[in-house]
Amino acid sequence: MAAKFSGRISLRGVTKVFPGHDGHPDVHALGPVDLDIAAGEFVSVVGPSGCGKSTLLDVLSGLAAATAGTATFDEKPLVGQVPDGIGAVFQQDASFFWLNVWDNVAFGLRRRGVSAGEVARRVDQALAFMGLAGFARAYPAQLSGGMRQRVCIARTLVLEPKVLLLDEPFGALDQQTRLLMGDELLRIWRETGATVVLITHALDEAAMLSDRVAVMSARPGRFIDIVTTCWPRTRDSRIVSDERFGAVTARLWEKLREESLRAMGVAGPSENTKS
Amino acid sequence: MTSRRFDHALLLAGFLAIWQVLHWAAGADVVSSPWATIARAVELLGAPAFWGHVRATLAAFALASVISIAGGIALGLWLGLRHFAGDVADPILGTLYSIPKITLYPIILLMFGLGVSAKVAFGVIHGVFPIAIFTMNAVRNVAPVFRRTALVMRLSPVTTAATVMAPAALPEILAGIRVGVALTLLGTLIGELFAATSGLGFALIRAMDVHAVVDILAITLLLFCFAACVNASLRLVERRARHGG
Repeated sequence: MAAKFSGRISLRGVTKVFPGHDGHPDVHALGPVDLDIAAGEFVSVVGPSGCGKSTLLDVLSGLAAATAGTATFDEKPLVGQVPDGIGAVFQQDASFFWLNVWDNVAFGLRRRGVSAGEVARRVDQALAFMGLAGFARAYPAQLSGGMRQRVCIARTLVLEPKVLLLDEPFGALDQQTRLLMGDELLRIWRETGATVVLITHALDEAAMLSDRVAVMSARPGRFIDIVTTCWPRTRDSRIVSDERFGAVTARLWEKLREESLRAMGVAGPSENTKS
Repeated sequence: MTSRRFDHALLLAGFLAIWQVLHWAAGADVVSSPWATIARAVELLGAPAFWGHVRATLAAFALASVISIAGGIALGLWLGLRHFAGDVADPILGTLYSIPKITLYPIILLMFGLGVSAKVAFGVIHGVFPIAIFTMNAVRNVAPVFRRTALVMRLSPVTTAATVMAPAALPEILAGIRVGVALTLLGTLIGELFAATSGLGFALIRAMDVHAVVDILAITLLLFCFAACVNASLRLVERRARHGG
């Protein structure tokens, strides 16, 4: 219930510049960007490769501090340290290969000193929720990539984050699995009431899942458009056959096409990045 | 599983067949027959004098292994965690690992004298560098996503080291220990070959002096079995660390 009223994120003029070293110039990776994400909203960020999407996620999570501008989570500033209430799932497999599925999911709770009974209750619940109950004693090496990503999601969800940050979590999965994981994600979003921020390069994924899709420019990443989808909260992957879905993805692609070409160095002056 | 066992049996049979052919081709005064060698090996295992040599070698090997593992891990951890020190040490370690250490043996003998300490020292200089190199790389190559996961879970540096980094690096460290321990055994035995008064290497060189071919091969066979058992058990430990269970 707390999630209904918290999990707001606000970005004001957020900029990230990585200092150059050994004579290389500074790299202006991101911004300035402004964005307000409401509690319980599902927002996706799409953009060409190398546009600073992951840098944005680092700032949103508190993993990295912005060089300029302010980022806040529930009115508290994000300054390079992850605050309580934020969970993140990454593209790379982060399941701990030395622990079985159950212990993987219990990992964060145990580190927080939650009582054994409470850990068992919450882990069993999370495993059932993610369809992993039959694999509790299996080790990651015995699971497919999709199942391992479920383990990582379960391990994050069990900590009951108010904001769930996802950095291309389905990037390594095949198309069918991606669609089904998208449905899972929508269900998680509905049932937990968490705010979800999804970084992705897949336009259809962003269009299908999100309340709003922010389109980023080539580096330094800025928002060039924010598309509101108006899907009902009860949507699922079948929204792709809705006629309005085509219109949303067409608009996203129109914005993104030019930027992707620019990011590839095919068209347009983009040398403002290396000054 | 059964097909694997079949493969092992086939490998063993092929090995024995080649051995027998070598015996026929080269003659008994160069290569003793498998059967005679195995019979001699069993005989040796019943002889108290032989066990005296085994004890001498095992004691030196065990001590050298402990020093190699402790020293190699300590050095490797330090170099893996300090990037600058690691960058400086990487080529030096690689060179130390690849030089033929037998050339250092006269110096080792001058420093440690004849006896157990020279054997141990020679075992250690074989084993310590591969373990240090493997450990350094294990620490450096832990997937960055594990560190990020620990940061998002708000773990302290100590908790991160103990509960994430250490188990993530463990399989590679164990692989280094496996390689290092095998080389430690090699170094210990070489030490015994050239300057010792007891041990399996000493027994081997004495058998060579009196041209007891069947003794040479019997001792070699027993050493081979011992090394294979050590390697197999370490590989099992490593596999458990790598895949859980």
